[in-house]
Amino acid sequence: MDNLISVKGLHKHFGNLVAVDGIDLKVQKGEVLGFLGPNGAGKSTTMKMITGFLAPTAGSVAVCQHDVANDPIAAKTRIGYLPEGAPAYGEMTPTSFLDFVADIRGLVGRGKTDAIRKAVEKINLESVMHQPIETLSKGFKRRVGLAQAILHDPQVLILDEPTDGLDPNQKHEVRTLIKEMAPEKAIVISTHILEEVNAVCSRAVIISKGRLLFSGTPAEFAAHSRYHNAVTMSVASGIAASIEKTLAVLPDVSNVESTEIDAELTRVTAIPKDNKPIVENIQNCIQQHNWKVDELFVEPGRLDEVFRTMTMEAESIGEEART
Amino acid sequence: MSRTLIILKRELSAYFATPVAYVFIVIFLLLTGVFTFHIGELYERNQADLEPFFRFHPWLYMLLIPAISMRLWSEERKAGTLELLMTLPISLVEAVIGKFLAAWCFTAIALALTFPVWVTINYLGDPDNTVILAGYLGSLLLAGGCLAIGSFISALTKNQVIAFVISFVICFAFNLSGFPLVLDMFSSWAPQAIVDVISSFSFLTHFESILKGVVDIRDIIFFGSLIAFFLYANVLAIEAKKGS
Ligand SMILES: Nc1ncnc2c1ncn2[C@@H]1O[C@H](COP(=O)(O)OP(=O)(O)OP(=O)(O)O)[C@@H](O)[C@H]1O
Ligand SMILES: [Mg+2]
Repeated sequence: MDNLISVKGLHKHFGNLVAVDGIDLKVQKGEVLGFLGPNGAGKSTTMKMITGFLAPTAGSVAVCQHDVANDPIAAKTRIGYLPEGAPAYGEMTPTSFLDFVADIRGLVGRGKTDAIRKAVEKINLESVMHQPIETLSKGFKRRVGLAQAILHDPQVLILDEPTDGLDPNQKHEVRTLIKEMAPEKAIVISTHILEEVNAVCSRAVIISKGRLLFSGTPAEFAAHSRYHNAVTMSVASGIAASIEKTLAVLPDVSNVESTEIDAELTRVTAIPKDNKPIVENIQNCIQQHNWKVDELFVEPGRLDEVFRTMTMEAESIGEEART
Repeated sequence: MSRTLIILKRELSAYFATPVAYVFIVIFLLLTGVFTFHIGELYERNQADLEPFFRFHPWLYMLLIPAISMRLWSEERKAGTLELLMTLPISLVEAVIGKFLAAWCFTAIALALTFPVWVTINYLGDPDNTVILAGYLGSLLLAGGCLAIGSFISALTKNQVIAFVISFVICFAFNLSGFPLVLDMFSSWAPQAIVDVISSFSFLTHFESILKGVVDIRDIIFFGSLIAFFLYANVLAIEAKKGS
């Protein structure tokens, strides 16, 4: 019952190009789902079909149990959508634009003024409310689009790259806002910023060439990394080489990498075989040899590395299939 | 407020948010002035009617209406606001009608601003004001027909210049199709039925019959169904083109 978004066998063809090639998804209330994937993977196209802008070539989408194709108005009423690039009417000011969207959304009287005021406060738009949108900076334009999306406090939020172009403070604010709203809604965001997955998402999917390559929690995502459970320590550069050699022959260590931070300090990372936990072994080893270690931590996994491996693999499989 | 009205309101204020509206109105008034007084020789005719004023409207509209209608949908598609609009809880039909009505209201405003011509003729003579009213009604219907065509064409392209040129050509063809010169071209080879159909599509024939003061229901049906047809085509065009 709490399945607010349900996507079944979604396909989208543009002529010969297959942009979305069979995507199944369910997003429940309380979830923040992150869409990850290389450029042209089909993230935006999927969002356009969820929000009812594009009709799928095959497959179906239901939002709050309303089929988007058969009952579009009911579905659209429950969705707040920030399209890619945050389009808005340039000649309007944020005031008149939000007023227009509120009217279309059927908000009236006190409810309308309150909704606009709340959205403006949450998104910090007060300072530009009377300036034509076309003269706003990129970040502010994006924020106007966000305000428009959350205006009617929708059950489902679809945000296509919501933090793109925002300054670090605003990125932080928007992520906080998303987390605050999360318990009451089903939220889908797309992003190229992998830290955002840890920062806001309860689940992430990787899309490549229109297909889902992976779906799981950020921790599960990170666990695919060969750095998952790796142990990294900072040591004096002088002894780094001997430490590397010693660690490399430990039973569960597959290999050791090191990067020099400066003349004094080097960071040594021991990568385990099959992601086995090796931190105890390494701690014993440190005590045995009496090494002086400045910091030591177990890595959860490196998202960029997982992302690269997964999407590159998909790429090479695709190449093979073609040849 | 119905959603169509909300769209109408937004569109209409969009016209006045840029200089387009003022430029259009000034040029419209200037040209009607030139046509009425210099070419139509309103004074010199010594007749108390506005025939010289209305007679040139089909030619004015053919040039000016595409300038109004060209941005209706091309701009939405180009700026990506179409995606925003179409994911709001509003049907495409409501949006198409709302935008069309906004453009129509705008031309009605421009047309209403020609009232000094009407004041002048009433000051100089004793015209039949019901004929003049019929003239204004006919002019408005004609503008609506051109706008519906222009709106449909602007749904087909993201390029406003192309939208302008094609709408101009089509309105021109609708104007011309009543001319003997054009009809002769067809009557030499086409069956009479086709020639009749072509001439029955002429803006000029329908407009001129209204100008005489007899508002024939068939003329109203003609413009009404023309508008309905092109707005329906407009909806289909957006459906087909929105993704690209
Ligand atoms: N209207 C269209 N006509 C033709 N092809 C299209 C259209 N829209 C998208 N595509 C193609 O579909 C594919 C998926 O595009 P999409 O915008 O969904 O990618 P994306 O994952 O959002 O990429 P990005 O990270 O760059 O935003 C691309 O190859 C794109 O060129
Ligand atoms: Mg995209």
